[in-house]
Amino acid sequence: MAILDAKIPEGSLAEKWTNYKNSVKLVNPANKKKLDIIVVGTGAAGSSAASALGELGYNVKVFCYQDSPRRAHAIASQGGINATKNYQNDGDSVYRLFHDMIKGGDFRAREANVYRAAEVSNQVIDHYTALGVPFARDYGGSLTNRSFGGVQVSRTFYAKGQTGQQCMLAAYSSLNRQISKGTVAMFSRREMLDLVLVDGKARGIITRNLVTGELERHSAHAVVLATGGYGTIYYLSTLAIQSNGTAAWKAHLKGALFANPSFVQIHPTSIPQLNEYQSKLTLMSESLRNDGRIWVPKEKNDKRHPNDIPEEERDYYLERRYPAYGNLVPRDVGSRAAKERCDAGYGVGPTGLAVYMDFRDAIKKQGDKTIEAKYGNLLELYNTITGINPYKEPMQIYPSAHYTMGGLWVDYNLMTTIPGLYAIGEANFADHGANRLGAASLMQCSGDGYFILPFTISDYMADQIKTPRIPVNLKEFDEAEENVRKRLEKLISINGTQTPTSFHKRLGKIMWDYCGMARNEEGLKKAAELVKELKHEFWTDLKVPGNLNELNQEIEKAGRIADFFDLAGLLITDALNRKESCGAHFREESQTPDGEAQRNDDEYLYVAAWEFKGEERPHQLHKEKLKFEEVEVKVRIYK
Amino acid sequence: MKVRLKIWRQENAKAKGAFVTYDFDEVSPEMSFLEMLDALNQKLIKKGDSPIAFDSDCREGICGSCGLYINGRPNGPGKGISTCQLSMRPFKDGDTIYVEPWRAKPFPVIKDLIVDRSAFDKILHAGGYISVNTGSAPDANSIQVPKENSDLAFDSSVCIGCGACVAACKNASAMLFVAAKVSHLALLPQGRPEARERVKNMVMEMDRLGFGNCTNTGACEAECPKEIKLTNIARLNREYFTAKVL
Repeated sequence: MAILDAKIPEGSLAEKWTNYKNSVKLVNPANKKKLDIIVVGTGAAGSSAASALGELGYNVKVFCYQDSPRRAHAIASQGGINATKNYQNDGDSVYRLFHDMIKGGDFRAREANVYRAAEVSNQVIDHYTALGVPFARDYGGSLTNRSFGGVQVSRTFYAKGQTGQQCMLAAYSSLNRQISKGTVAMFSRREMLDLVLVDGKARGIITRNLVTGELERHSAHAVVLATGGYGTIYYLSTLAIQSNGTAAWKAHLKGALFANPSFVQIHPTSIPQLNEYQSKLTLMSESLRNDGRIWVPKEKNDKRHPNDIPEEERDYYLERRYPAYGNLVPRDVGSRAAKERCDAGYGVGPTGLAVYMDFRDAIKKQGDKTIEAKYGNLLELYNTITGINPYKEPMQIYPSAHYTMGGLWVDYNLMTTIPGLYAIGEANFADHGANRLGAASLMQCSGDGYFILPFTISDYMADQIKTPRIPVNLKEFDEAEENVRKRLEKLISINGTQTPTSFHKRLGKIMWDYCGMARNEEGLKKAAELVKELKHEFWTDLKVPGNLNELNQEIEKAGRIADFFDLAGLLITDALNRKESCGAHFREESQTPDGEAQRNDDEYLYVAAWEFKGEERPHQLHKEKLKFEEVEVKVRIYK
Repeated sequence: MKVRLKIWRQENAKAKGAFVTYDFDEVSPEMSFLEMLDALNQKLIKKGDSPIAFDSDCREGICGSCGLYINGRPNGPGKGISTCQLSMRPFKDGDTIYVEPWRAKPFPVIKDLIVDRSAFDKILHAGGYISVNTGSAPDANSIQVPKENSDLAFDSSVCIGCGACVAACKNASAMLFVAAKVSHLALLPQGRPEARERVKNMVMEMDRLGFGNCTNTGACEAECPKEIKLTNIARLNREYFTAKVL
């Protein structure tokens, strides 16, 4: 394995992307028609990439496991999308967004990629507006903005609490336009179950048709993974219940390095778990923290109704601990602070695992109507799920697994360590370091898909024009399909007694207890053992009903959980390796006297990229040293 | 609490389906309806029976994957919710609950409670977009849009493409679905240049796919999980008439 080369262009940070675009190899329109590209996943990243590549004239094939590309989980993103327009005249700039992201990510992201993401953010807003996204406007008809955690400017564009839905549907509409033009072929209800390499290059995928169970072969000159994150490894998360890490993991097994797998964002404000049957946790957008004040009672185990607790007996702990940012601290800080209060016995609600988010003061000051206009659908959603009216009493919230900053390692081209295999959006690791800032995910996914990948992929495609269309009868496709078939047959023939979901729940609990918001060496080592034992139990006592040649949702789940066991092992290995606290990765051994995360820049100023060396063999660690040329690496303070 | 479930089971698109009765006693009021089905499925698998197939993904009412016909209503009792947002609170101990897939000719059953809604995608392929290539958009603030229009466009744009409107309609009409998209784009200056072609093409495709016409019953509006208004259909008719005649 070669040393990791991030291929960062020469020049100052502000010039790199411009220089790159001026010198990147191009493919002429006649040749593009002869080149095939596979895109897996249809979220904000996949749909935007597929449509942009289709517009350029490539032959694009797109895959999603849902019945329609519109259902990808970007649809559930709520609060907003950042851009550096500076429409509010509050001093915003590309540099400031870049700086906020680097700092918010606790200095564990790559400068050049982050700067570029900030640089293209304005184009994303222009494009979405042109596609018909009804972003919020003021009475003069201009676009308006709001604030998000971890920043002091107002740069977030939004469409009520459904910004993700609107951006997702816009990306889907541009995808539909290309489908109607015939440049993009859409394959719904298909799951990618392996990556096919020919002569070391990514040349295709094996998919399972989820309706018929048939295994299918698809070839291309390049493969783009836009398959999202792996937060459902915790079972309960804010993700769609079918979101999974399988496509990325299959690529990893074929040679793509996996970077910073332990960097998982635990979002501070979701609706707490109500019972053991619960299948997911619903997010309450961070934007609510603009007006919602977070507190717990000053007395332990205070069982009074929240409205009966007088002002002086409430502990607004975020405002107390972080006066400069208050309720708008970054997510990792907010989550840990909630856990700290609950662990200390101040938690509220039936389980004691919740804190209050209160709109009383905001309603008093701005009125019901204004609050409804800003957050109406979110407050309603809360009411529907819990039966509690947040206009009348505070919401109860608790952190939950939300977003994975870790993912496939990519260079500046967004190419993984496998030639011709790209990873974009949440599936890669590149832009958010150890903690993602709010409203930066839609921004990154859309930027990757619309404005970055179409350029960077051309550098590779220019060298493919002499390669004819890849036939699917090559022995590499035979082998890959055979391996997929064998694995599925193995899963269905165990014929034990326990369901896939029951294993998923148990795996999730191990990960949440030992590898969630706070981690320590002893706990992580224990988790590694527990995961290993559970994996063994899975492979000996799993029960999958039905057949392989039919619509069988249990075999789908079983395959994804099987991969999660292996990914969980790597996640724990990575968390054990990084003996420092940074961003969302909080090692209890590494904290300041007042409980803040303590980084160790001397030893861990690197991206941990893991190479798969074979079953039952330890992963090999590769380090991409992070160089900060434009930003001073310092302690992240939000006080 | 305990409920008696009568659930539509159908092995595949070609098989003949039937209601199968399940008595299930592991129900608690705060469970969601789909979590109740999840729990039932766990039991069925352990017994060696085949679990009930149904679509769902985000489980927070926004992806539009789920959608069950419960006691004769799309998404069951309640207003403005998708099936995944329905809890067991409205049901009582001893209730009998009928669970069916969407019933509409353009949405054929694939298995049990799963239907094929790709017809919705096809309608959008016919024109549910604004033709702007990546990179050619002007600055987002270069066109001012009256807040009133933008808000109206937003109200139409929140459709989740679940198909409840079609399932609710005695004509299996997709008019509310089509109207929501036509309205969303027609209300914005960005969508005006191709508004005429869009409405003609989408309506033509809707008809071709076998959806019925609108007879102003309003069941779609009543059952829409996003409460999209019937006035959108009036706007669709106006847009269509203008495009065809004027």
